[in-house]
Amino acid sequence: MFSSIIHRSRALLIALVLIVVSGLPAFASAFEDAVAQFANDDFSDTQEAVGVVATSGNPQAYAIISALQDGRLMFDAESKKVFIKTADDKVLDAITGAPVAALPADASNVRLNNRLRGVVSAALGGLTLLSPDPAARLAAAQSVFKTPDEAFLPAIEDALKKETGKANRRAFAEAKAAIVLAKSDASEADKIDAISVIRARGDQDALAMLTGLPSDQPPAVARAAANAIGSINNSLAMWAVAQNAWYGLSLGSVLLLAAIGLAITFGVMGVINMAHGEMVMIGAYVTFVVQDLIRTNYPGLFDYSLLIAVPLAFLIAGLIGILIERTVIRFLYGRALETLLATWGVSLVIQQAVRTLFGPTNREVGNPSWMSGSFDIGQLTITYNRLWIVVFTIAVFVILQAMLRFTALGLEMRAVTQNRRMAASMGIPTSRVDALTFGLGSGIAGIAGVALSQIDNVSPNLGQSYIIDSFMVVVFGGVGNLWGTLVGALSLGMANKFLEPVAGAVLGKIAILVLIILFIQKRPRGLFALKGRSVEA
Amino acid sequence: MFTHSNTAAVASFSRRKWLAATAGLFLGLASVGGAKAADDTIKVGVLHSLSGTMAISETTLKDTVLFLIDEQNKKGGVNGKKLEAVVVDPASNWPLFAEKARELITKDKVAVVFGCWTSVSRKSVLPVFKELNSILFYPVQYEGEESERNVFYTGAAPNQQAIPAVDYLMSKDGGSVKRWVLAGTDYVYPRTTNKILEAYLKSKGVKQEDIMINYTPFGHSDWQTIVSDIKKFGSAGKKTAVVSTINGDANVPFYKELGNQGIKATDIPVVAFSVGEEELAGIDTKPLVGHLAAWNYFESIKTPANTKFIKDWQAFTKNPKRTTNDPMEATVIGFNMWVKAVEKVKSTDADKVIDALPGTEAANLTGGTSKMLPNHHITKPVFIGEIKGDGQFDVVWKTKDLVPGDAWSKELEGSKDLIGDWVGKKCGNFNVKTNKCGGQAS
Repeated sequence: MFSSIIHRSRALLIALVLIVVSGLPAFASAFEDAVAQFANDDFSDTQEAVGVVATSGNPQAYAIISALQDGRLMFDAESKKVFIKTADDKVLDAITGAPVAALPADASNVRLNNRLRGVVSAALGGLTLLSPDPAARLAAAQSVFKTPDEAFLPAIEDALKKETGKANRRAFAEAKAAIVLAKSDASEADKIDAISVIRARGDQDALAMLTGLPSDQPPAVARAAANAIGSINNSLAMWAVAQNAWYGLSLGSVLLLAAIGLAITFGVMGVINMAHGEMVMIGAYVTFVVQDLIRTNYPGLFDYSLLIAVPLAFLIAGLIGILIERTVIRFLYGRALETLLATWGVSLVIQQAVRTLFGPTNREVGNPSWMSGSFDIGQLTITYNRLWIVVFTIAVFVILQAMLRFTALGLEMRAVTQNRRMAASMGIPTSRVDALTFGLGSGIAGIAGVALSQIDNVSPNLGQSYIIDSFMVVVFGGVGNLWGTLVGALSLGMANKFLEPVAGAVLGKIAILVLIILFIQKRPRGLFALKGRSVEA
Repeated sequence: MFTHSNTAAVASFSRRKWLAATAGLFLGLASVGGAKAADDTIKVGVLHSLSGTMAISETTLKDTVLFLIDEQNKKGGVNGKKLEAVVVDPASNWPLFAEKARELITKDKVAVVFGCWTSVSRKSVLPVFKELNSILFYPVQYEGEESERNVFYTGAAPNQQAIPAVDYLMSKDGGSVKRWVLAGTDYVYPRTTNKILEAYLKSKGVKQEDIMINYTPFGHSDWQTIVSDIKKFGSAGKKTAVVSTINGDANVPFYKELGNQGIKATDIPVVAFSVGEEELAGIDTKPLVGHLAAWNYFESIKTPANTKFIKDWQAFTKNPKRTTNDPMEATVIGFNMWVKAVEKVKSTDADKVIDALPGTEAANLTGGTSKMLPNHHITKPVFIGEIKGDGQFDVVWKTKDLVPGDAWSKELEGSKDLIGDWVGKKCGNFNVKTNKCGGQAS
């Protein structure tokens, strides 16, 4: 995309590198004119100004262009003055760098479009190739790799000699290879070397670079490129399997998280709880409220907002669950159809209540810094939010299992489930245990909502999108068995993610439903059917 | 799993109580809806979902109509009569739309209805408006291929949104895009729009292998596979862009996944047709800066009319942060056109107003004047906006003139010879080749 622009401004950029390398200040007045050009708020004027400022060698150049990139470069249309807003809200004059008392009232920021963003990041890359900060050098090398221009070649070769860090050396070598490949007069041997560097990189950017190679290459280069493309494609295909497995695991853990509360209310207690999704939704709204309070009162605590929201969501959703059990469900035990209708009514009431309270539109729940972004293992991109959700799900599952196994309440719950009359005659307050069990299931749904708020909409409809999937998981896994829910969720997630690339999202979903229906025909009690007397109870 | 020894007596008692409570609730609701009004008012029906899935989008439009009626009444109403809103809630339930429309027209005797969002709700009320001969103003961008006598379409037709957006991406400023991902939710609007776009792209010389079409179910929330497919499709060495007709709610997880997988607008820009200021309110937009949306209105456009509208709207809703969006502007234009037509013919009679509407002009909020065309669509400017860090849009491109809406797409085989003309030909699907009204193109 940027090659044509960069071709045209090649002369400027060569000058830029020379100046950056030699560090000579020049063209003071041209610099001032160029800065004033930002105030025109016209994309082509801005592009021209970026070229001039970047090549001016003026000490303000870096500050101006990085401010432009971050939308902190302000202008006043009337006086044609340009200002830099620093990250801590101070205002500097763009030309002199001297502090200014305040921004003019109707100052606005210099706008960029995607084409300009490329130009700006290339210019900034050129300015930071020799920066003392290794991280800045790495970023500069990466931006040169994306917009290779031979004007940067001398600076990169210079940097390569000095670079000691392994990652930086590789980034610079790749940037150099990208430039050599784009250069029309590079020698055949150089190009073949460059191809092997790119081949070692082996990711989709490398593939894009090699497939995008002009077709007029010498035969040896073309052959090397074709070989490299083949090998990258092969390794990417292998990684695609790993990627699908990871996506399946991640989807499976989301399903498990959404379904695990239902595995208790429906699976263990036998209540068809259509309001389960709304408990998830309440958990998500608790997260929103917590984050909102933190944002206005204690912005420093934002990274901990989820940790604070988890127990609160558990308590609030759990209490609402107990309330529903005490006021509606306990009158309807044993009558599945009526429970279904009543809880569905309850779900509509809760949805509309939330809609009235918080409005019908989505609410913004932010990702804490430790849940944003991604990292790479080979060619596999793992996003932090998904990774943490997998970890969180495992933790919830383990804690819940331990609770059912080792606590008194867990023992009572299991006793009531297995034989209510016997449990009652042993002195277990069955009605209180029902309420607590329902509360526990709802509370777990609430903390699922905290996690799901990180990847989905926080709107009154949040719960509806999970209720069908949750029932599917519980029924498939086998009613009354948490292990069944675990295996059910993971296998549905995996099946879904391996079908999706082949069949598409819509057909994939249909295929899964058909498979479940067939499976239930064969095994009506799901994967892990309960055996023994409790089945008949 | 286990039996309960609840006695039948307790159960039936509670059921009776439950029934009574429910009945009471419904009676209460009904009495609110049926409040009697004085005869010297003109009633305006508002048919937008206030509950269910679509409430997220439609509630705002209900408030917009109430706001416009309030403003108009402050100016003395229409033809010396005050306007009175009749609000019903079709609850995102398509058949209920038809029922509520019938109720508005026959029971409440409204002069005009502003309503519907999804195409399926519009299709469901069409027969009612035809049968009872009333007027519907439909304010949402849609797939076109329709022109009805009783409906006035103030949202964008595909040639007023999708095609200009693709033109922009093909231009040098848009990045000279050569490879296209058409991603949409699986229903009629994205499917028709993508069909039109595919035909248009091919007519511009784009090859089949450079177009990837992908559909997802409503409310799709797991975008990992699709986003990585897009990434893969984009690594073929040609500039790639995504044209998104993904429906409202599914957008938030889609954009979150884009941001997390590190796809930046400078690599693969996404241009969306259903993402406005309201949808962005639910996302942290910093990773999305530079992704695009095509609309006929943006809140950030600075004109005196828009500034005043936003101020009055926020005062009316008592919420200084309340956003405005494109379908709201379409509602405003439609409302003002209706008022002008009613004042012109000094009557709210449906036939007279329908005949008076084509040719009626109303100022839009972005500084131009929109005009109702004989095909019951309007002229609109087209803007391309870039997402900013604060959830608003920066306009980076706009059409020079207002674009007249095509009821029938010129790109599709089945409709390129059709026009809608309710002034001269009195026909919504007139075939200019065969010179006949009705049917599809040959």
